[in-house]
Amino acid sequence: MIAINVDMDKCQHYGQCVFEAPDIFKLNDDDKLEFVATADDSRRSDIESAVDVCPMQAISIVE
Amino acid sequence: MSKSVVIVGASMGGLRAAEALRNNGFAGRITMIGEEAHLPYNRPPLSKEVLAKEVTHEAVAFKLRSQVEDVTWHLGDPATSLDLDKKVVTTASGKSFEYDGLVIASGLRPRVLDLPNGKISGRHTVRTLDDAIGLRAELVPGTKVVVAGAGFIGCEVAATARGLGCEVTNVAIDPYPMIRPLGEQLAAELQRRHESHGVNFKLNHGISDLIGTEKISGVVLDSGEVIQADVLVEAISSHCNVEWLSETKLDISNGVLADSALRAVTTDGASVEGVYVVGDLARFANPLFDNEPRRIEHWNIPTETGKRVGSVLSAYLADAENFAELVATPFMPLPSFWSDQYDMKIQGFGMPGLADRYELVAGELSDELVMGYFRGEILIGVVGIGMTSEVMKYRKELIS
Ligand SMILES: Cc1cc2nc3c(=O)[nH]c(=O)nc-3n(C[C@H](O)[C@H](O)[C@H](O)COP(=O)(O)OP(=O)(O)OC[C@H]3O[C@@H](n4cnc5c(N)ncnc54)[C@H](O)[C@@H]3O)c2cc1C
Ligand code: SF4
Repeated sequence: MIAINVDMDKCQHYGQCVFEAPDIFKLNDDDKLEFVATADDSRRSDIESAVDVCPMQAISIVE
Repeated sequence: MSKSVVIVGASMGGLRAAEALRNNGFAGRITMIGEEAHLPYNRPPLSKEVLAKEVTHEAVAFKLRSQVEDVTWHLGDPATSLDLDKKVVTTASGKSFEYDGLVIASGLRPRVLDLPNGKISGRHTVRTLDDAIGLRAELVPGTKVVVAGAGFIGCEVAATARGLGCEVTNVAIDPYPMIRPLGEQLAAELQRRHESHGVNFKLNHGISDLIGTEKISGVVLDSGEVIQADVLVEAISSHCNVEWLSETKLDISNGVLADSALRAVTTDGASVEGVYVVGDLARFANPLFDNEPRRIEHWNIPTETGKRVGSVLSAYLADAENFAELVATPFMPLPSFWSDQYDMKIQGFGMPGLADRYELVAGELSDELVMGYFRGEILIGVVGIGMTSEVMKYRKELIS
């Protein structure tokens, strides 16, 4: 399993991560980020892409 | 013997290329040559939140993934020449590095004004961490700051300096701030918002000289008007860091010309095998829009180009059967940008600067909004202030 962390002090709710891994990240009705905190190892590549595209560099994979 | 890759420019584009080489199975030696002494860090915060707080490498450093643990870092020693025939890069200290694959990732540096009384202190640019540390120290409440240039970085620095209690004048030769990506209507609205936060604009003007003996005390506009200043921040445009390529036959007329596989191209139009370009320097055609090669100075491009190079170059070095197929796969990354100014979250996709027409597609001009940019009937760009979900709807349309 992979543990995902988003630093909510940094996140500006840009939603770029949503395109890379929509099953993990989504914007709610108020345009605020929601995410699931764990994912299967098979999702690693898309989650790394989400880490890459986040303008605030707010997402980390907890190793 | 196992093959080796040299990457010149130890910033975002170079880092992403190194990661992608490893992710695509390249196991040989990777050497990163960097002019700056720092490990790769993220530049956008330097004009925004980090400039408003304490500027440290830790606050902006990219996390180094396990894939790139074994990369050799050769920092603080810029590349000074390239020999394409011998496949060797030489650095300022006289070291030479042989390669089988080369990634050109040396990016841009700010252009500064050439002024008669230019050799006085108080002049700043914002490209590197060290630049931001130096500027931050001067931005204390009451400081008179003149920002030259009203593009992304100029507008962000103006907003951040206002937030820190400085008096800010923005001087630019353009008629409105950020007019190129935004178009006149939204740019005029942006100006209004900056003015409501207390920024004073001198538009349609250039700077012709500085006043001061050791330290700057004023800025002279081309109209003759003098504006008091303790600090001048120059964010007018950039130079490409291509001097180290000047002895080669590569087309470096504007950045480095690249084919759709991001191989560097010579002035005769031939692609050079094994030599690739990423990031702000790469001038390539994007079939999403047209066949005109352009450089795109947005933050998602180092990642997109780095990934592309990682996949093509690793196949090349492995003599992989799918190399030709990879090269032929179209490369069409969607440019994306954002900017934080005051409480505004500006986010854009596509190439709004190429539009012949724009239209407010959601929200209101004086509030949160989404502007659509069209060439003929086709949507080629979208910019939003707030309204993230709406912006994302139009983003989908751009890639469909
Ligand atoms: C202050 C600032 C704010 C920004 N904000 C945004 C934003 O909000 N949104 C957005 O989309 N984009 C933004 N950008 C743009 C974005 O940061 C760039 O597109 C990105 O940094 C480009 O990465 P790069 O790796 O191509 O080049 P660079 O990051 O410029 O890296 C090039 C590296 O190569 C080094 N180098 C140069 N010459 C040599 C040599 N001869 N030998 C070895 N090394 C060399 C340089 O020192 C540098 O470290 C901003 C840029 C700046 C400066
Ligand atoms: S991309 Fe980053 S800033 Fe944007 S919503 Fe996702 S985590 Fe937050």
